[in-house]
Amino acid sequence: MTAVPTALTKKDFKSDQDVRWCPGCGDYAILNAVQTAFANLGKNLHETVIISGIGCSSRFPYYMETYGFHTIHGRAPAVATGTKLANPNLDVWVITGDGDSLSIGGNHLIHTLRRNVGLKIILFNNRIYGLTKGQYSPTSEKGKRTKSTPMGSLDEPFSPISLALGAGATFVARSVDIFAPHLISMIERMDAHRGTALLEVYQNCNIFNDGAFRGFTEKDVRSDRVVELQHGKPLLFGGDHSKAVAFDSGFVPQIVGASDDLPNWDERAVSPAAAMALAHASEADLPVPIGVFRDVDRPAFEDDVVGQVAAARAKRQESMAELLAGSETWTVGG
Amino acid sequence: MTETTSPSTLQELDQIVVRFAGDSGDGMQLTGDQLTRTSAIMGNDLATFPDFPAEIRAPAGTLPGVSAFQLRFSNFDIHTPGDAPDVLVAMNPAALKAHIKALKPEGILIVNTAKFGSVDLKKAKYETNPLEDGSLAGYRMLEVDLEKLTRETLAESPLDTRAKDRCKNMFALGILYWLFHRNMQPTLDFLQTKFASKPDIAAANVRAVQAGFHYADISGIFQSSYKVAPATFMKPGTYRNVMGNQSLCLGLVAASKSAGVELMLGSYPITPASDILHQLSGYKHHGVVTFQAEDEIAAVCAAIGASYAGQLGITSTSGPGLALKSEAIGLAVMTELPLVVINVQRAGPSTGMPTKTEQADLLQAMFGRNGECPVPIVAARTPADAFGAAYEAVRIALRYMTPVVLLSDGYVANGAEPWRIPDVDSLPPIEVRYAEARGADEPKFQPYVRDPETLARPWARPGTPGLMHRIGGLEKQDGTGSISYDPENHQRMTDLRAAKVAGIDVAPCEVIGDASGDVLIVGWGGTAGALTAAAVRLRAQGHAVSAVCLRHLNPFPPNLGELLRSFRKVIVAELNGGQLALLIRGQFLVDAAPFTKVQGQPFTSQEIESRIEQALGEIAR
Repeated sequence: MTAVPTALTKKDFKSDQDVRWCPGCGDYAILNAVQTAFANLGKNLHETVIISGIGCSSRFPYYMETYGFHTIHGRAPAVATGTKLANPNLDVWVITGDGDSLSIGGNHLIHTLRRNVGLKIILFNNRIYGLTKGQYSPTSEKGKRTKSTPMGSLDEPFSPISLALGAGATFVARSVDIFAPHLISMIERMDAHRGTALLEVYQNCNIFNDGAFRGFTEKDVRSDRVVELQHGKPLLFGGDHSKAVAFDSGFVPQIVGASDDLPNWDERAVSPAAAMALAHASEADLPVPIGVFRDVDRPAFEDDVVGQVAAARAKRQESMAELLAGSETWTVGG
Repeated sequence: MTETTSPSTLQELDQIVVRFAGDSGDGMQLTGDQLTRTSAIMGNDLATFPDFPAEIRAPAGTLPGVSAFQLRFSNFDIHTPGDAPDVLVAMNPAALKAHIKALKPEGILIVNTAKFGSVDLKKAKYETNPLEDGSLAGYRMLEVDLEKLTRETLAESPLDTRAKDRCKNMFALGILYWLFHRNMQPTLDFLQTKFASKPDIAAANVRAVQAGFHYADISGIFQSSYKVAPATFMKPGTYRNVMGNQSLCLGLVAASKSAGVELMLGSYPITPASDILHQLSGYKHHGVVTFQAEDEIAAVCAAIGASYAGQLGITSTSGPGLALKSEAIGLAVMTELPLVVINVQRAGPSTGMPTKTEQADLLQAMFGRNGECPVPIVAARTPADAFGAAYEAVRIALRYMTPVVLLSDGYVANGAEPWRIPDVDSLPPIEVRYAEARGADEPKFQPYVRDPETLARPWARPGTPGLMHRIGGLEKQDGTGSISYDPENHQRMTDLRAAKVAGIDVAPCEVIGDASGDVLIVGWGGTAGALTAAAVRLRAQGHAVSAVCLRHLNPFPPNLGELLRSFRKVIVAELNGGQLALLIRGQFLVDAAPFTKVQGQPFTSQEIESRIEQALGEIAR
């Protein structure tokens, strides 16, 4: 009905709503990256759906000129699963935070990953509860002092990457709010994946957890403190790529000097063991890995659901009258 | 049994009530189902009441492990599975102990003597053997060693003894088939199909039914046999036998076809609603998608997500699951999306008694959410009525863009009765109009501009060009749907949501009897049978008694208020602590007296009749 659409620009993805995150919030950078990536990918507005839960990040759909559904706390993957099953042609993105997806909604996240539903999930990890004004989250470091933990938190944090790998995720990646080009490229990689794609984005909450990632994201330390996972290349880092991450005989990642015989990173490895070892590595001891931890092929859930319905329809045609009658009837004469 | 003729060996009866009771591993439900199917095929009216424990296999021979199935079949119009059985089959002492009190005086009691050893008696906590201590003198007792007879019958079968013993329920069924002049063939066919891949088991079961039949014939243990002619009152048409969960599913599918909207069920297994998930998962060839979610919340959320995308989202559960879904139902109210939430009620609170019936979730359905959160409520009254109730729930959800709670209960869900299959073309049409695509030059789409008649908002499916919009749980501005904290707007939106539900076009309720009189007995859902039977009987005795069995609980039918004011006494009978009574008193300011019961069992029509008689007595005084 409409004329041949011209490619949309980043601006076309902005809604008319005022963005109401705190000035300086990392969410702005992520919104910007998503809008840029969507324009780069040539997406259209009407087939794109953004579904979120509750939290600062979950206001995201209001700021996008696509279809959007701001649901309830933790349940976005469940709502999005229903949407994707109802119309697998839709391009469904889930926006969530560390509290939303790993605390109240942890169950839905792991089951979505296990099923491999075709949802693209961007997990904003700021390691704090922002919207409720500063309680510790399931990714906060142990011992964190917050409003609800004046003597320090007692629970061990989740690594979202290792949780996703453990749940059988087929695409797992990490980026950082202020690494714009990298973040955009990761969003584009998610888009290319069939099945669930989970992207963890380290996002700075400048009000309640400012500088949580500063130790490795600041420009002057970045090259020494971050290692970028690139498929088919060794895990080099350092200003002149003089160092590398390699695994010892006990599969523990170690810092070694760059050399010619380093193994290449394999995001498509049969076993998720190497990715898991990196996900568990201490931030203090090793450079922080960003990039694609894992990208493997497995049938998408919605394709299998549609396949079963199609197979059942091909095998058996039954009218409504036949369905209502069932197998045994009797007639009372008039 | 009402005896109409009395020849020496064959008696014609109007109706028979029979109850099977045994261990949950004895196959009582399957045995009952077979007699039910056969009676349906033979043209009787019927009603059933399966009553089983929550444990899959409670310790054998104990009271908690007793599973029972009651069937009433007749040549006249019946509304309940009957109060007291004419015939009781007790497979062991525990079954006897649990059910003997129900048997009519002089009723036929068939006991399996193979299970009356001292250990069996001890398990059932009998101090003396009831077969010998004279305590059963008031019944016509027939002692049959079902195990010995079945083993002898199957002497040539290659099955081991354990497997042979499992055929004893079919031997007992054979006895009843002779006693009630039933045609064995449908059951023999069923067994051949069910055990098609296990021919030895099929042959043994078939042989056991036949042997039981011939044993009853030749042994002469019965003084007479009984025959119930086909029901003659029934409206002409084609009939089938349905259980409540079954016809409810058929209603959902029929409604989705009428509306031209595909159905998506999100569900999590829970007793006694799981059969809805099972049933609908077998309808993939009708385009039905079923999603067994990771929990109750995911189940309802997936259904909401499907509705958002333009399908008919449905979720099925029981009381505890409804509690978990509350927040998501609120989201569907706020976003004004169609959704059907099926609650097959069971005895509560908490886990309660999962396999036992109750109607105690009415107020949960009505009020169990945060905020002012109105939801229409429809209740299924009988196994066959579940079809129409489900159809109506879908109609309301789609027409008014609202979640609807469809209440059933364990009694309706697992009970069975004949159903006159409706002509597909006669089903009321359900019209659905999705919002249409817009060009860039057309005015911006507003997701909360309402239909002036229904107050429903438009259904704008993602994927439609030009309708991009955002919805969510935050309060939104009337019309545009943008987030709004404006005080006046919140008042207006709250009022609109309430007015939309209050304005639903509910049909007037039907009255059994006159529209005015001495006593009006009011009920809802699964108590309909008992209420109808009681009112019909008292009216036949000349009393000015009427009954109303509500299908619509929110909003109430438009004529309910006037009806309530047209009787000298109003009694509200329900299987809870008085929940409908509270709503009726609150809304209509009438002195409606609650008559309640929470025992995990349905009302008997006798209980209702006695309560009405008491009210009639008070009026006379």
